[in-house]
Amino acid sequence: MEIDRLTYMANQIARNLAPQGEEEAIELTFQHLRDFWDPRMKTAMLGGNRAGLDPIARVAVEKLAELA
Amino acid sequence: MGYERQADFGTPEVLSDQQVTLTIDGREVTVPAGTSVMRAAGQCGGSIPSLCATDSVKAFGSCRMCLVEVEGMRGTPASCTTLVAPGMVVHTQTDRLARIRKSVMELYISDHPLDCLTCSANNDCELQDTAAEVGLRDVRYGYDGKNHMGQADDTSNPYFAFEADKCIVCSRCVRACDEVQGTLALAVNGRGFGSKIGAGQLEDTFLSSDCVSCGACVQACPTSALMEKSVKELGKPERAVITTCAYCGVGCTFRAEMKGEQLVRMVPWKDGKANRGHSCVKGRFAWGYANHQDRILNPMIRESVDLPWHEVSWEEALKYTADKLNAIKAQHGPRALGGITSSRCTNEETFLVQKLVRSGFGSNNVDTCARVCHSPTGYGLSKTFGTSAGTQDFDSVMEADVVLVIGANPTDGHPVFASRLKRRLRQGAKLIVIDPRRIDLVKSPHIKAAHHLALQPGTNVAVMTALAHVIVTEGLAAEAFIKERCDWDEYQDWARFVAEERHSPEMLEPVTRVPASELRAAARLFATGGNGAIYYGLGVTEHSQGSSTVMSIANLAMVTGNIGRRGVGVNPLRGQNNVQGSCDMGSFPHELPGYRHISNADVRAQFEADWGTRLDPEPGLRIPNMLDAALDGSFRALYVQGEDILQSDPNTHHVAAGLKAMELVIVHDLFLNETANYAHVFLPGSTFLEKDGTFTNAERRIQLVRKVMEPANGYADWEVTQELAKAMGLGWNYSHPSEIMDEIARLTPTFTGVSHARLEAEGSLQWPVNDANPDGSPIMHVSGFVRGKGKFIVTDYIPTDERTGPRYPLLLTTGRVLSQYNVGAQTRRTDNTAWHPEDLLEIHPLDAENRGIKDGDWIRLASRTGETTLRATVTDRVAPGVVYTTFHHPATQANVVTTDYSDWATNCPEYKVTAVQVLPSNGPSEWQETYASWSEKSRRVARVPAE
Ligand code: SF4
Ligand code: SF4
Ligand code: SF4
Ligand code: FES
Repeated sequence: MEIDRLTYMANQIARNLAPQGEEEAIELTFQHLRDFWDPRMKTAMLGGNRAGLDPIARVAVEKLAELA
Repeated sequence: MGYERQADFGTPEVLSDQQVTLTIDGREVTVPAGTSVMRAAGQCGGSIPSLCATDSVKAFGSCRMCLVEVEGMRGTPASCTTLVAPGMVVHTQTDRLARIRKSVMELYISDHPLDCLTCSANNDCELQDTAAEVGLRDVRYGYDGKNHMGQADDTSNPYFAFEADKCIVCSRCVRACDEVQGTLALAVNGRGFGSKIGAGQLEDTFLSSDCVSCGACVQACPTSALMEKSVKELGKPERAVITTCAYCGVGCTFRAEMKGEQLVRMVPWKDGKANRGHSCVKGRFAWGYANHQDRILNPMIRESVDLPWHEVSWEEALKYTADKLNAIKAQHGPRALGGITSSRCTNEETFLVQKLVRSGFGSNNVDTCARVCHSPTGYGLSKTFGTSAGTQDFDSVMEADVVLVIGANPTDGHPVFASRLKRRLRQGAKLIVIDPRRIDLVKSPHIKAAHHLALQPGTNVAVMTALAHVIVTEGLAAEAFIKERCDWDEYQDWARFVAEERHSPEMLEPVTRVPASELRAAARLFATGGNGAIYYGLGVTEHSQGSSTVMSIANLAMVTGNIGRRGVGVNPLRGQNNVQGSCDMGSFPHELPGYRHISNADVRAQFEADWGTRLDPEPGLRIPNMLDAALDGSFRALYVQGEDILQSDPNTHHVAAGLKAMELVIVHDLFLNETANYAHVFLPGSTFLEKDGTFTNAERRIQLVRKVMEPANGYADWEVTQELAKAMGLGWNYSHPSEIMDEIARLTPTFTGVSHARLEAEGSLQWPVNDANPDGSPIMHVSGFVRGKGKFIVTDYIPTDERTGPRYPLLLTTGRVLSQYNVGAQTRRTDNTAWHPEDLLEIHPLDAENRGIKDGDWIRLASRTGETTLRATVTDRVAPGVVYTTFHHPATQANVVTTDYSDWATNCPEYKVTAVQVLPSNGPSEWQETYASWSEKSRRVARVPAE
């Protein structure tokens, strides 16, 4: 799975959840990736370059990594 | 059921708490106050002859056939216009009445052709029946006097004809068009003896007039003056079977009137609770596709999509497919396989496809076309209210005082609901329309929207937040409701957010282009105008902030206290007939039936025990991600039932590339659709007329679909899926769809009380139907939200990444028209093309003039993704800077230009906003030409069977 597309998706989710406050947004973004992303999308995101991730999405992805 | 007309009580049913008792012909009768004497007589088994009355329209009292005698009342009042009164004593059969009725009948018949024997309505004609009923044997005036014979017929409508000679000018058709349909296309022209029925202006025909071909007038006509051409051609039906329309989410029920295996006509069923006896042109008339010559009846396979198809037997096709699926699974693992369920198929069929994917393929890669339409509804409403469905039944609109329609075009997309809505608006309810385009509802006969907020496409969330800002800052919030029903802390956070000055209509006006004063007035009206009901469609969901808009709609309903009773609510208008059902049945990759997450071990355990298999606890791929994964080789086989993703999904090039990369694409459909150009197996599908099962409409109403003829392809769709499962080695053994529904009920808490037997007995049920709601749930969240407390969720406007610029300065938005349905696979194969032969691009006169484009010119429509050509229609329905088209015709391929941008939460594509340029053109685009020749090549069927 293309990392650019996954990065775009993760950032878009984080951006839309941001108005709920940073802490909440991180938790919700993490939950969203956990609950809606297929395993190969998660693996590609975790194993890929995370440089393009916005701050909220980056922390959410880190939380996801802890699960794996 | 044999053939019999549905009972007609002459005047509409009256709902009243007060009952009135009277005596009719010596019998005591009790009926609701406000009922006509005619209806009361009919309800107690009596019959009063009538001609100008029918129970779909208000009584008119013109024919004088229905006269009765009432003790203590002078003269002979018309029973259709006389209301019952307590203690009234009525006589319907006396010598005096018989004499009057006979002479009235005599006048009618003296001006009516006497060719009953050869008339298409023979034995199914109210005039004929009434003449017999009054005992007319002779006409004293002779037939040579001044009469109306020899008038020209109007056969312009493809489905019904008007034979003026047969018309008795009872005006039932005119009143049906006014009251039932609300189009007001018909009129009685002239006066007295010269009176004549006509559509539109004097020079118009039915086809050229405003008539939308709903058929209400035809149904109301007592003679053969207005009659279906199919009845004229095939003769009177012999039997009738009640079934449900397979087109849109209104879910109209019909009597399929049959002669042997031949469908003669579809007549809306008066007892249908979704449609109450009304219909639109699609369900009523556009069923000819069912036997269209393009339909494929034999299975076909091919090794590669460059080769022609080979017809094979069902056994061979199923074995070939199952072997390939098993081989791919063995080599690449279960997650390389997936399926797409169809919102046109039944609940039972959809359930089976997701069961096949989860328990047979072994993955959760199942998705449905709701991905591209209402997936944000599921997400947004479940987060805020706790259920993924609309809150009301359709009848509820009759108690609404202010109706807010956002991003929906009900007169085209949901016509039968629109007729009901229009009736309420004519009664005085107020209307607010939020739409970039001036949809018909904004101004139509006797209806004018109080406010039309013609927003810039893509700014829904900004408009919704501004509405909330006005309500909160002007002290109009329903605080008592909120305190009782919602989480107060969350409300306060939300209220603080929307109250920020940056969310005021004035600050947002440059973004939304909605005048602040107009928006403020709309907000005040919605908050203070009484019962406020919100209806929305794909103009809400098909955006990068689709889910946010759905949540902001839920917020608006909660802040104004408009949830949990009749006349209010949040109502998604669902696109396809069973899109609600396909979502309910576990068609999403993260959810099992009943919207329960696949990671929930307890829920999974129930299914595992019932199905005797292990389920993957991880969510699967959504359609766009399946296509992405196909390109990197990790997704290899796809079973598509009854969907055409190549035509309906965005960015056609990307879909084509994804499909082409797959090893095995199985298309299970009626026709070789566009997706089939990339398929290796074609399994012929069956129509809704050829199967049993259920559909669930936009009101969560579950209704039976009944088989009225044998499947021309040999098997109903559920049987094909079952055979495929068996060929893969699964031990399925359903003998009827009712057994599948029993399994659904066993495994889905909201369906516990549903069974085919119960639906048979009760007509329909609205889920949830369970111990808590044994009779179903017409209105949801009555005593509390399903999730407990209603949740206000902060939604902020974030502009889409699809931006206009110097190269692509216009915004394209897409939609549909009344006569066509979705990608048009069915409706294009009917005479509905008379109304919409091609997709057109609507462009504002200013934008057209700047580009030297005139009405009817060919234009090139280009976006960053691709380009296509179509013809322009210059109109101020769209604002400057906005263009609009439909996507019903494959030749146009409007989705060649739509982009990959999608809703942040659900990946529902952003069909409603694409930056484009429009320029004059003189022919098809390169893609159109290449695609046309490829598509023709790909549809070849080899003459000799495969070895
Ligand atoms: S078909 Fe419908 S719209 Fe047309 S004239 Fe008849 S009632 Fe009116
Ligand atoms: S067309 Fe039929 S319904 Fe209309 S006025 Fe004539 S007889 Fe009556
Ligand atoms: S298409 Fe929709 S509105 Fe028309 S008849 Fe069918 S269900 Fe009813
Ligand atoms: S039916 Fe009552 S006046 Fe015609």
